[in-house]
Amino acid sequence: MKLEARILLLLGLFFGLMVAVYWPWSHETGGSIMIFAGMLLGFLPGSYYWWWSRRMAPRPEDRDDGSLEEGAGVIGSFPGSSIFPFTLGMGAFCSVLAMVFGIWMLIPGVGLIFWALTGATAESRRSGEH
Amino acid sequence: MTDVLEHAAAEGHSHDEHGHDEHHGPSGLLKWLTTTDHKIIGMSYTITSVIMLVVGGAFAELIRIQLMSPNGTLVNYAQYNELFTMHGSVMIYLFAGPFAFGALANFVVPIQIGAPDMAFPRLNALSYWLYLSGSITMLLGFFTAGGAANFGWVGYAPLSNAANSPGAGADLWIGALLLTGFSAIFTGVNLVATIFYLRAPGMTLFRMPIFTWNLLVTGILILLAFPVLTAGLIMLFADRHFGTHIYEVAGGGVPVLWQNIFWFWGHPEVYILALPFFGMTTEIISVFSKKPVFGYKGMVFATLTIAALSLGVWAHHLFTTGTVLLPFFSIMSLLIAVPTGIKMFNWIGTMWQGEIWFSTAMLMALGFVITFLIGGLTGIYLASPPLDFFAHDTYFVVAHFHSVVMALVFAGLGGLYYWGPKMTGYLLDERIGKSQFWLTFIGAQLLTFPMYILGLKGMPRRMANYPHDPQWKFMNDLSSVGAFLIGIGTLLFVVNIVYSWKRYPAGDNPWDAGTLEWFTSSPPPHHNFYRLPQIRSERPTWDYNHPDKKALAHGHAAPEGNH
Repeated sequence: MKLEARILLLLGLFFGLMVAVYWPWSHETGGSIMIFAGMLLGFLPGSYYWWWSRRMAPRPEDRDDGSLEEGAGVIGSFPGSSIFPFTLGMGAFCSVLAMVFGIWMLIPGVGLIFWALTGATAESRRSGEH
Repeated sequence: MTDVLEHAAAEGHSHDEHGHDEHHGPSGLLKWLTTTDHKIIGMSYTITSVIMLVVGGAFAELIRIQLMSPNGTLVNYAQYNELFTMHGSVMIYLFAGPFAFGALANFVVPIQIGAPDMAFPRLNALSYWLYLSGSITMLLGFFTAGGAANFGWVGYAPLSNAANSPGAGADLWIGALLLTGFSAIFTGVNLVATIFYLRAPGMTLFRMPIFTWNLLVTGILILLAFPVLTAGLIMLFADRHFGTHIYEVAGGGVPVLWQNIFWFWGHPEVYILALPFFGMTTEIISVFSKKPVFGYKGMVFATLTIAALSLGVWAHHLFTTGTVLLPFFSIMSLLIAVPTGIKMFNWIGTMWQGEIWFSTAMLMALGFVITFLIGGLTGIYLASPPLDFFAHDTYFVVAHFHSVVMALVFAGLGGLYYWGPKMTGYLLDERIGKSQFWLTFIGAQLLTFPMYILGLKGMPRRMANYPHDPQWKFMNDLSSVGAFLIGIGTLLFVVNIVYSWKRYPAGDNPWDAGTLEWFTSSPPPHHNFYRLPQIRSERPTWDYNHPDKKALAHGHAAPEGNH
């Protein structure tokens, strides 16, 4: 976890240095804000991972000598199949087409999105029972 | 329906294989619609993006037929504008990007790190459906009254505003990019989360294959770049329909802001496209030279450096606007040549004194190295403002980025020849593959070299007709012949798929490769592995198959007694 944190923090640091050079030199607002936001994208998750990496033992996948036996056990809950990504995608499709072909396309669009969101949430809740 | 998943058993401790491999779900069309399996999604991405390659390629052939004569009449000016816009848009948004981080990445990355699936399987499926519907949305433009978008694939303001580009085609283009943009962002989230959290025990970051490393960095770059484009597009749509004046001088807006926003996404996008293909090339060259990757850590740091620098170079696309800080962007752009040069050096170092097997995949990877070198070097010229002022908006720029993207096509085809057997269980025919390589390779150089010369002579981009000049016509004809050769090569690829259909069973590891995906069966079972080898280097499968010649950990002797 330390290495993951370091990658993000170093990227954030680099963008920080870049905006420190770029802003005083160019006084261009748009680009400076975008690099600054890039710096935040490095620092926010990076410092989160850093904070955690100091409070947990290295995971088997962080250690050179991690063995497969250490990783045995449940690693997560993976849905085998689900219709809701498709319905959510089609809902987004209809909503985008509403931008062009008329506001009425939002009716199927929002309907499908609502169905997908409620359905996917219920599906996730059921998953604990197996 | 949910499977609670356990880690595959350690080698030698293989327990009852029921429980995590047998998967009973819907079949047929419903299976495709409801799948959350990264392998099926990866296959869907691959097939869709290769279809988009053929569609975009067909537009390119029409453009090249039009340009075979100075006053070509195949299409009129308006249709020509649609053609080059949609050629660029389809190739960049619908082929190169999704193929780079959606197709092979989706299939290979979880298997290379020993994971059962992507971290967010349903989000992964959503990415695919957004990509597919985005592709349909963009192509729907051809069926609207005003035709498809016609302002170039970069959609510069004020050409893309409501007055200059009325019609539904432009709005469909914006909608398509919103859909594919979100698709890319979700894929980026998925890649980073998968690589951070689902690695098998012992698979430290510095034991990951270079392909997976590059996809990790690509995922981070997607998260940095794509939201900017999405925000920019929403503002463009607001300008067109809701009366805002963000990109319009009339209302106090700044047209060049669009160029800044677009290229703030657009230049990292070049590396979002390129890094996965760099990774494919690294894997292929290493396997077919029978050597581990030369300079593994150098390769990783080069990738990270490219990603970091890529965020500071966007304005080299707008040198000629006169509103950007020339020295800053010129220095940053030139600096990118350094990590790219390290990669070139390492690819050559990997081949040096190796037992090179010139399979189709290896030829494609070599085609990538050569073509990318040409594209990269001409890119260094363009990073210099005085040269860019001279060559901007000429065919020199067109030739430069076609060298680059044709190189990526080589790497992608190499990846398909290399990983195709893992995806389907069957090899592709090598003779047809090699003919395809030579046709495409000669075609690619014949396409771009005349363009470089035409550009230096001053031929502008995006022109349906050009001045009568025998030399210009000859150069354009050569270029068109190159495009036709590439077209025939692509047809051969389709022929190859049909011809090799279930003809040459591949087995688990046809190339004697070393990374984890070659440890499992071809195609891999549901959730990828029945068992895993101990992971003690970046080539665990090699260590397992060649216990006498274990891979060394980046130059250090392998620790004793851990197998």
